[in-house]
Amino acid sequence: MYAIDHIDCGTPASASEKLVTIEIDGHAIAVPEGTSVMRAAALAGTSIPKLCATDSLKAFGSCRLCLVEIEGRRGYPASCTTLVADGMKIRTDSDKLSQLRRGVMELYVSEHPLDCDGCPADGHCELQNMAKLHGVTDNVFSADGRCSERITHESKARVKALMTDDSNPYFSFDPSLCIACSRCVRACDETQGTLALTISGRGLASQVSASAGESFISSECVSCGACVEACPTAALSEKSIAALAKPAERSVTTTCAYCGVGCSLKAEVVDGKVSRMVPNRAGHANQGHACVKGRFAYGYATHPDRIRAPMIRAKITDPWREVSWDEAISHAASEFKRIQAKYGRGAVGGITSSRCTNEEVYLVQKLIRAAFGNNNVDTCARVCHSPTGFGLKQTLGESAGTQTFLSVMKSDVVIVMGANPTDGHPVFASHLKRALRAGTKLIIIDPREIQLTRTPHIEASYHLQLRPGTNVAVITALAHVVVTEGLVREDYVASRCEKDAFDKWRAWVSDPRHSPEATEAVTGVPAATLRGAARLYASAANGAIYYGLGVTEHSQGSTTVMGIANLAMATGNIGREGVGVNPLRGQNNVQGSCDMGSFPHEFPGYRHVSDDSVRHLFESAWGVELSDEPGLRIPNMFEAALDGSFKGMYIQGEDLAQSDPNTHHVVAALSALECLVVQDIFLCETAKFAHVLLPGSSFLEKDGTFTNAERRISPVRKVMEPLAGLADWEVTQKLANALGYPMNYAHPSEIMDEIARLTPTFHGVTYEKLDQLGSIQWPCNADAPEGTPTMHIGSFVRGKGKFFVTEYVATPERVNARFPLLLTTGRVLTQYNVGAQTRRTQNNVWHSEDTVEIHPHDAEVRGIGDGDWIGITSRAGETVLRAQVTDRVQPGVIYTTFHFPESGANVVTTDNSDWATNCPEYKVTAVQVVKVEKPLDWQVRFRQNRESRLPTRRDVTFETA
Amino acid sequence: MHAEILVRMVNQIAEFYAAGAEPEVAAREALSHVQRMWAHRMCRQIVEIGAADPGLSPVASRAVQLLTEALAAKQAAG
Repeated sequence: MYAIDHIDCGTPASASEKLVTIEIDGHAIAVPEGTSVMRAAALAGTSIPKLCATDSLKAFGSCRLCLVEIEGRRGYPASCTTLVADGMKIRTDSDKLSQLRRGVMELYVSEHPLDCDGCPADGHCELQNMAKLHGVTDNVFSADGRCSERITHESKARVKALMTDDSNPYFSFDPSLCIACSRCVRACDETQGTLALTISGRGLASQVSASAGESFISSECVSCGACVEACPTAALSEKSIAALAKPAERSVTTTCAYCGVGCSLKAEVVDGKVSRMVPNRAGHANQGHACVKGRFAYGYATHPDRIRAPMIRAKITDPWREVSWDEAISHAASEFKRIQAKYGRGAVGGITSSRCTNEEVYLVQKLIRAAFGNNNVDTCARVCHSPTGFGLKQTLGESAGTQTFLSVMKSDVVIVMGANPTDGHPVFASHLKRALRAGTKLIIIDPREIQLTRTPHIEASYHLQLRPGTNVAVITALAHVVVTEGLVREDYVASRCEKDAFDKWRAWVSDPRHSPEATEAVTGVPAATLRGAARLYASAANGAIYYGLGVTEHSQGSTTVMGIANLAMATGNIGREGVGVNPLRGQNNVQGSCDMGSFPHEFPGYRHVSDDSVRHLFESAWGVELSDEPGLRIPNMFEAALDGSFKGMYIQGEDLAQSDPNTHHVVAALSALECLVVQDIFLCETAKFAHVLLPGSSFLEKDGTFTNAERRISPVRKVMEPLAGLADWEVTQKLANALGYPMNYAHPSEIMDEIARLTPTFHGVTYEKLDQLGSIQWPCNADAPEGTPTMHIGSFVRGKGKFFVTEYVATPERVNARFPLLLTTGRVLTQYNVGAQTRRTQNNVWHSEDTVEIHPHDAEVRGIGDGDWIGITSRAGETVLRAQVTDRVQPGVIYTTFHFPESGANVVTTDNSDWATNCPEYKVTAVQVVKVEKPLDWQVRFRQNRESRLPTRRDVTFETA
Repeated sequence: MHAEILVRMVNQIAEFYAAGAEPEVAAREALSHVQRMWAHRMCRQIVEIGAADPGLSPVASRAVQLLTEALAAKQAAG
């Protein structure tokens, strides 16, 4: 069932710019060449009856309901599969057509009960609508209006055999309501790219089947929900709709609060509550698609764990005391003022969140710079993509990715490095899989065999399964092949890059010590494989690189980013569609939080605080003198807290105690603070060290914008009122005022207006334009009034692109006899980051605890079996997790996720960090593992007190028949 | 902040810029990086630790020396 406010045109739009003129029911209309007759009619305002067609899927032509008459043609062609031709005259309605369509509908209804009362799709069911339209109200294949004996018998047998599949926590499948239109199957194929569904059987026995006749939960289904949305009846329907049993009252277009894809979603609302999320088919990033998190896992917003009242306490060992907003704000402000008076202006700082809106981030950094009077502001991008900001700024001139996601459809070769898109960025993965099925070649650079490496439908041409921590050596070896085999795009480099820097780099990278043969012993990547991958990428007409935290979260994260930019420039792969350097941002607003001036050395728009003209601009606008000294980064704040020079923090929407490395160190630092103010929607791990807890608001409770990994600014629109009464931006404003710095915004649009005034790349951004265009990719200004989908066309933002020498330096985190394995980390599809949101949803059914992947060889020599508890010890700490024995990881490497606080993944990670940005080296930790009997005591306590009481997969009954 | 951490950080920075560059050029690049990215309290602290710290690489040591001179000049300028 598609969105309630969607007008379905039946088939996808044609991309052709050439128009053809046709006549529909006597009215002339010009439409793009390649448009179907069905779509042309819809554009002309005529809705041709249909069942198997929907505009998110290719025409199929099976239902035979959309027949039309075309002058000069024999018969009655299906309008969905018939393309327009210049001068074509089409008739969409006639007695004959009505007769034919009615006949088709009678057949459908004979197989589908029309007992619509109580059906979740009642009022929005396409079959019901078509039946009404054609006057079919009952089964005509028997005299009494009931099924004929033959059909009754067969139908009953069929229904009996096909009982409802309720195994998925979010949707159910009732085969008795299925009309075998194949829309669900095609959605799984075309939209999601998993191909988990099929139609099994023939004729009346045709039925939708997940994998090989399994339940949905046991099948390959990834629960993206594309099939549910595509279903024209209630055969596949959201349980949330059935539970509310009322049609949606309204729909609000907003933006997903999970990963950096930033899917546009329509929140449908019943009685003030979200009844379901439907991906926006006009959404530029997601093209009408979403994943299990964005579409279904929004229940955390109303979870009982939500903090609904401000709380304060004198000491972190005291119980919390609920207070009014005014008292909490006043207390926080007086504490910050007291600390600054006693310890100095620089003794306080704050953290912005990539889960908050641009407007909220902007206000927090403004509060810190203007009200605290220092630049001690940082953001959670510090621990994920700060090397991206640094590396791309140095080489290309802008701290952002270069493309749109859809650009991948024009790529001939794609490198995916240190990213796992099917789990971390699922909707981008669907775009990528579509490109791969159309012939794009794939190179994967990852220590682990990610899903894209090989599936029944796609296979990477090369998998460079490097040892963790050797990214720079691999990138340099790839560049070595490009340079020494004459694959450099000399004309591109000569015209677009700094000559001296390139010459120096070329000489350096040509050295035989960088050859694949010379680096093989370090990287573990066979030289021939690496050479093949380099040739494939460099010789492609369009080569694109997409990378993730497996690139940035290393001691040489920034170096690798620069190495990637070097490689792309050398091969001429920046500045047009289909190419580029594309960071896959982990959280929805990582890009935006960085854009908004969250780093301690930069104002909004990545302008250094020591730049007098920029600083004076902000001083003039904000009416206060600003510091020209870079402030402290997150790890510096922790160090300063431990040495006694940093005493107060304001943290909005970030759980440092769980997400930052070396937990013992973080906990010690947080415990040393005299005033920690945490603004969060839940009592997170960090809040356990707080003195003031300010309730946060979820993305459903406020207006604002998010900026995704494509630099796309998308609207966030309020769906329901803030549970605690105030949106986050209002709380920050109150705190600023209590600190004596006036803020008087009436609406987030006024904050965006200020951002636009002060930030050149945002000069043209307004809420009105966002509403008009749906989203805008910055830079958006006089030169690009509707935004910039592709960066660096013609020239780089910095002028000439700059090559950097990227010497490989082995991480200090070495394996030895005591710590012989390397631990690396990642995400799963169904959980998100530290799990604060997804752990409070039914997504726990798929992933209810973090496990450790270990290679069979490493497991065997340690006597470890699948499911055993294993103790993991590093130089920083120890934890215990269950083993998952698999050859997805290579010998010598183990892998885990960090979605549950009791997993303690960051208890074992060290405080090694990137040389340029201090981004932690999460991806390489030397460890030893041993089989143990049980988790550690603190883990047991944690599990017992797990805030989420939602069911695990073990609680779900899989049987469906 | 622990001296050991600051020394490690400045060594890492110096190591990056030292690749394929003359030591003096690398030291100046490292200096520029530290000045642009580090809080002044960290700059002052590494200066207090001193260029002679045995844990510093030659390029890092030179960068700290240059930083010492730069801070002194700034202080003298008022």
